[in-house]
Amino acid sequence: MSNSNPVTPILQLKDVKIAYGGIQAVKGIDLELYRGELVCLIGANGAGKTTTLNALAGTLGLAGGELIYDGEAISTMPAHKRLRRGIALVPEGRGIFTRLTVEENLRMGAYIRNDSAAIEEDLEKVYTMLPRVKERLQQVAGTLSGGEQQMVAIGRALLSRPRLLLLDEPSMGLAPLVVEKIFEVVQTVKDEGVTILLVEQNANLALEFAQRGYVMDSGKISITGSGEELLANPAVRAAYLGEAA
Amino acid sequence: MDQLAEAVPYLGKRNLKAARWVVIIIALVAPIIAMMFGRTWVRILDFALLYMMLALGLNLVVGFAGLLDLGYIAFYAVGAYTWAFLASPHFGVHWPFWAILPLGAGFAAMAGIILGFPVLRLRGDYLAIVTLGFGEIVRIFMNNLNYPVNITNGPQGINALDSMNLFGWDLARNLTIGDVQIHSLYLYYYFFLLCVAGSIMFIQRMQISRIGRAWAAMRDDELAAKAIGINTRNLKLLAFSLGATFGGVAGGLFGSFQGFVSPESFSLMESIAVLTMVVFGGMGNIAGAVVGALALTALPEILRNIAVPLQETLFGHVLLDPEVLRMLLLSLAMILMMLLRPGGLIPAHARYSRPELLGKGVRT
Repeated sequence: MSNSNPVTPILQLKDVKIAYGGIQAVKGIDLELYRGELVCLIGANGAGKTTTLNALAGTLGLAGGELIYDGEAISTMPAHKRLRRGIALVPEGRGIFTRLTVEENLRMGAYIRNDSAAIEEDLEKVYTMLPRVKERLQQVAGTLSGGEQQMVAIGRALLSRPRLLLLDEPSMGLAPLVVEKIFEVVQTVKDEGVTILLVEQNANLALEFAQRGYVMDSGKISITGSGEELLANPAVRAAYLGEAA
Repeated sequence: MDQLAEAVPYLGKRNLKAARWVVIIIALVAPIIAMMFGRTWVRILDFALLYMMLALGLNLVVGFAGLLDLGYIAFYAVGAYTWAFLASPHFGVHWPFWAILPLGAGFAAMAGIILGFPVLRLRGDYLAIVTLGFGEIVRIFMNNLNYPVNITNGPQGINALDSMNLFGWDLARNLTIGDVQIHSLYLYYYFFLLCVAGSIMFIQRMQISRIGRAWAAMRDDELAAKAIGINTRNLKLLAFSLGATFGGVAGGLFGSFQGFVSPESFSLMESIAVLTMVVFGGMGNIAGAVVGALALTALPEILRNIAVPLQETLFGHVLLDPEVLRMLLLSLAMILMMLLRPGGLIPAHARYSRPELLGKGVRT
């Protein structure tokens, strides 16, 4: 028996190190994602969460370690090739194309595809998932509210037909009610079978939704466990959920 | 064309067809009206068309792809010197027009890629500084490559460039048909007009193409553009080289039209003047580049024609040199523009898709 685990992970990080602007932001982390999971990565500001996601999407290079996606080493693969393999990133701060219309934004998500009939189908799917967005298709995206922009960003990522969706702080700067709506959308995407890696500051909410979680602390993974375990962990509660130890 | 037509006040929003005719008629009749004020004015219009080509090319780099280029005039220089090397007594070579122009465009495109590679990772201020340096390097080369081997003839420049000869038809000579004599300046005007119209059509197609949208995405958010699979490296290089191509063509036309090139025509101030035209007209907008170029070429000339006689009658001599006045006016125009209309004369509207591509919704 070479492999004791019956299910191989869709994504595996082995001792991944990432240097960013001369500083080693990520100092060797191991992380695994299994098909269909929703896993969250929480941690304080500057812990290296966003850096990790950007390295997974291929917009940042690795300083060491290995990335294995679907049985293939992708450590040096450029971003557009990873996207073709099914890894899509919703960047921090939403990354909306502010001067394009909402519809143009969504269609840009299918930039690498040329199966136009299927793209139209996927657009319709996104419209049913995000009715608010559908009402504003011809509006210039920069004029949308923060929540709507986040929806557009998620919809745009979905148009690349991802198998692994990397979400970077979808709740950033949004009102609690809007955040709830966003998480409903995330749940729907997960129910469609997309594997999700979610980076969040809002640890409470993220852990409620996620099956498993990793806690990151100054470039390292400090604690890992199921969502409930982490929610119950006194150290996590003290550090990230705003409770006195 | 349509973007220009839509920019026609009042008519553009109501009757696009009529507006289109207005633009065409203005373009065709302009030199005839200008001639009424003297030959100089037709010449100024000819130059305005060359500046339009420059502004259109720079707008592609700055407005569409969002890469601030302060050394754009270097490509103009490459085009002009290509013409000077291959069609003047300087080397004794006299190649035909149709061979040099594509060659000049090609060299400029190559220069664009040479500039593009080192600046791929730079953005904003840093990009501006490096491109500015590049523009100066090209000019200094032109200025100093006369020793030990005389290539550019240094600051004296190269004289007696061949005029444009379109398959045996010399644009520098007046054309006589029967009793009617058409002045050479008209011939240049209509030929340049053709070039500008061609450029506009090409750039407009480009803007609503997949590449145009990718540029817009890259300009609005580079990280997100990478995240949706856009190869930002190639698109930046393409923007630089394509923009440079327009500069190269305009440079070649400029060289042969003027019959003389020298490094001082390609100073930093010229780069800034072209950028001012783009910003003044409205960045990311074809009509803006055209109107900006026209306004900022013609206005200083008008001012010069008023200011010089005015100063002479007032003070008995010229206090402010017209060239100083030109810079003064450009700066004033920029300041007023930023205060009153930050989007430029004709602010850009999001227009990156062919209407039939977008859903059933009527575009607003």
